[in-house]
Amino acid sequence: MKRFYVMLGVLTVALVAMLVYLLKSNPSAPRAANQAPVTVVDDGFRGYTLGSDSAPVEVIEYGDFECPACAGFAVIQMPTIKEQLIATGKVHWRYRDYPLPMHPFSRLAAHAAQCAGEQGKFWEMHDQLFTNHSWAQTGKNPTGLFTGFARATGVDLARYDACMESGRYAARIEFSRQEGEQRQVNGTPTFYINGKMYMGRNNSDAFKAAIDSAAAARRR
Amino acid sequence: MRTRQAIAALALVGFFVALYLWLHQIGVGGELKCGTGGCETVQASRWSQQLGIPVAFYGVVGYAAILAVALVGLQPAWLARRGPILLLAALATGGVLFSAWLTYLELFVIHAICRWCVTSALIMTAIWLVCLAAFRTPAPRTDP
Repeated sequence: MKRFYVMLGVLTVALVAMLVYLLKSNPSAPRAANQAPVTVVDDGFRGYTLGSDSAPVEVIEYGDFECPACAGFAVIQMPTIKEQLIATGKVHWRYRDYPLPMHPFSRLAAHAAQCAGEQGKFWEMHDQLFTNHSWAQTGKNPTGLFTGFARATGVDLARYDACMESGRYAARIEFSRQEGEQRQVNGTPTFYINGKMYMGRNNSDAFKAAIDSAAAARRR
Repeated sequence: MRTRQAIAALALVGFFVALYLWLHQIGVGGELKCGTGGCETVQASRWSQQLGIPVAFYGVVGYAAILAVALVGLQPAWLARRGPILLLAALATGGVLFSAWLTYLELFVIHAICRWCVTSALIMTAIWLVCLAAFRTPAPRTDP
């Protein structure tokens, strides 16, 4: 019996050593920035926007930075939409976060974009996250990569790091997600054109047609 | 006696597996060592909490309870009694059912497999099987 307790003691020591190794061998993503907060408060923020406030059509995009379809849309379709619809004053574009639960780092990415946004670089960070989307395929903690993206946008890194550590925008991101849920968002990207869910194809031509139609309806 | 020793050893390993998952969920340490990334998906899913408590914490408590009962059952005063093995069997049955439900969620709802969760499910199943085997063996004789 005494031998059993010795073996149990040895096993305990080995398991404690293994646990310490597992916990220390991986750099930590800022947890506060990467998880849904316990309490969600509406801070009045309704998303970063592009284009003129007086544009006849508003498009709201619910996106997830870890979602490949969102990245494809941002990289392939968005430049044309910016050029033909936003820069011409036809569309006011609003981006809302909708982090999907199956994406382990989408909240972290959304938070990184918010932290760049508080320094006026949201859209630059948005483009960095979607253009360099390989971070979303590795399953590895992308915190270091995001810092590199933030550096590329030209933000003050000390302020960015402090923002990420604080997790101060986690509640805002969760509020946006809950808002999307209430609006029946069931995947990303989901778009609303002048308040109506857009069910068409996610390409710039289809968007142009839908936006022209919405603008015409508004004029009537 | 051997069965209770085996259960204690298995529960100790299971306790540490659940402890690792729980510590991760409350923000201690970095990304889970998983290989496929499925662990993070499972841990980030809405199923990773039940009644506001991380699922892994139920595992920590469950394995601790099984370990405690197994160790008490190894004490001379309890060795000849069937009570500890009955209690262990009840705890292990609850654990196996809970693990089966979690495995179902991983396979058919979350569509991701967490290797640590599978490890825990296998340990709990092993404990349950050892308990079943203990029922088939006669109670140890005690000298007057």
